[in-house]
Amino acid sequence: MANNNNYWKANISLIVKCLAIWFTVSYLFGIVFVDALNTIRLGGYKLGFWFAQQGSIYTFVILVFYYAKSMGKIDKEFGVEEK
Amino acid sequence: MDLQTLTFLFVGVTFAVYIGIAFWARAGSTSEFYVAGGGIHPVANGMATAADWMSAASFISMAGLIAFYGYGGSVFLMGWTGGYVLLAMLLAPYLRKHGSFTVPEFISDRYYSKTARVVAVICLIIASVTYVIGQMKGIGVAFSRFLEVDYETGLVSGMVIVAFYAVMGGMKGITYTQIAQYVIMIFAYTIPAVFISLHLTGNPIPQLGLGSTMADGTYLLDKLDQVVTQLGFAEYTTQARLSATNMFVYTLSLMIGTAGLPHVIMRFFTVKSVKAARESAGWALIFIALLYTTAPAVAGMARLNLMTTIDQPNAEQNLAYADRPSWFKNWEKTGLLKFEDKNNDGLISYTGDKKTNEMVKVDRDIMVLANPEIAGLPNWVIAIVAAGGLAAALSTAAGLLLAIASSISHDLLKGVWKPNISEREELRYSRLSMIGAILIAGYYGFNPPDFAAGTVALAFGLAASSLFPVLMMGIFSKKMNKEGAIAGMLSGIGVTLLYVFQHKGIMFVQSTSFLGDMDPNWFLGIEPNAFGAIGALVNFAVAFIVMSRTAKIPANVEKMIENIRVPASS
Repeated sequence: MANNNNYWKANISLIVKCLAIWFTVSYLFGIVFVDALNTIRLGGYKLGFWFAQQGSIYTFVILVFYYAKSMGKIDKEFGVEEK
Repeated sequence: MDLQTLTFLFVGVTFAVYIGIAFWARAGSTSEFYVAGGGIHPVANGMATAADWMSAASFISMAGLIAFYGYGGSVFLMGWTGGYVLLAMLLAPYLRKHGSFTVPEFISDRYYSKTARVVAVICLIIASVTYVIGQMKGIGVAFSRFLEVDYETGLVSGMVIVAFYAVMGGMKGITYTQIAQYVIMIFAYTIPAVFISLHLTGNPIPQLGLGSTMADGTYLLDKLDQVVTQLGFAEYTTQARLSATNMFVYTLSLMIGTAGLPHVIMRFFTVKSVKAARESAGWALIFIALLYTTAPAVAGMARLNLMTTIDQPNAEQNLAYADRPSWFKNWEKTGLLKFEDKNNDGLISYTGDKKTNEMVKVDRDIMVLANPEIAGLPNWVIAIVAAGGLAAALSTAAGLLLAIASSISHDLLKGVWKPNISEREELRYSRLSMIGAILIAGYYGFNPPDFAAGTVALAFGLAASSLFPVLMMGIFSKKMNKEGAIAGMLSGIGVTLLYVFQHKGIMFVQSTSFLGDMDPNWFLGIEPNAFGAIGALVNFAVAFIVMSRTAKIPANVEKMIENIRVPASS
């Protein structure tokens, strides 16, 4: 049981880490700090605008795969993977 | 071949493919019927989820809204993709581990209560039917254009086809049909975008084209900002949707709603393991991102093409109404595009000033379909777009109708009222509920509460405020009890519905709106479509307050929660 509790804690801390990035690229870069980031340019894109319409989406894809891969490792570490 | 013949050909061929696949992969058991036997490969499931997910709102409506909202339209892009991060980490793996057929079934097990199940079914039906209303608007627009009839006739033809498709063939083999529909959708969306990007910027990749320079050396987005501000519209790349607060809440509402929509969650019951559920969410998001990162390019380029076709730097050289191109005439026939010669000079003037603007109606939902014509692309490209739009609307309508039908027949009838019902009867009731849902949605399709994407956003708000919080608390809290969950769902959806109805009219009948759909009356300046996030907060808060004053959950339920948190079976 202690093992399962520690497994759950590892999962939660990974989720918190991923959601912090999720929040930063969309809500902070795309909305809250958009005007400040817009003073920087990425080609023809203003950076804040780019995060809101492109960058956040690319980050989401990476996050979901990163989570799936890391959880696979954590499953094995705690010996709770599916047979 | 002329456009209409080509369109009929493309639509006919794709429909034949869907029906063929549905027949080939038809279900043989109830388990196959509800969750395709639980053995779909994660990539295949991801593709089917993407098709299920991307509806007429994504395909037909979203880029049109972004074209006019500019930067403000980002709420749809971030909101409808970011939800998958929540789904992949907070819900999908655990719900798959539990292994139920429907979302209310999980809620009933976790909250050891039939009342909770009935409340969940009611929330599910309210959210899903609102979603189907949004589809109907999109379907009406697509059919009216391609049959060259008015919007209402287009809507009725669309309803008949959706009913036929979902009730007769669509339920069986829905997953494999959706894979085919995804392929058609993504081609239909990207081909015109590649052509237009190449034409405007010389870069064939639309995502890069939007950030590239045009023939005269200026960046496309700079040019767009310049053109629209000269005509009195807000600057494209900085025009916020009402306020930063509103955009924040709107995005959150769409994200939570994405993770709480039953027809999407159901898809993760069809994969074979917890590991596959996590990966499948990633694949779904890749397939969705292909369209969603193309959409801003379609939006920006469509807006630029539209403005530069009509308005010239010197207003005296504007497009003359007598010389208007055929797409203009065709969309006028649908009643979704209207011109009024206010200064009687025979020229069209499209400006941001209400007094001088002569394009009195440009329905946002026509932009994606009109875009290839405005850009002068060949007829076969336009025909593909038509087939893609219909694929998007059909695949989502079928998935939603299946979620509605299974919640009525499986959860309400078999689960609560008539446990002894035969499989045949269960099937008959699910078909009847599908037809009922189509009729209700069709009725609202005649008087849609908003553009297709706006109506769909409302549906997300309703799912966000009711189902997501109880699902999440069911997994992440070992203390949440049935009293808390039921009170949470009712207050969350109640608050959201109240807010929406007081601004958009009771049951969306506009004359009964007692506060008017006006921003001075909005709470913190938040528009009704975005209110789901607030509803979700109310849901969480009420649930925890009620929980702290009522009985503890039984020990066996606590065991069940421990069990769904680990992948290995115990």
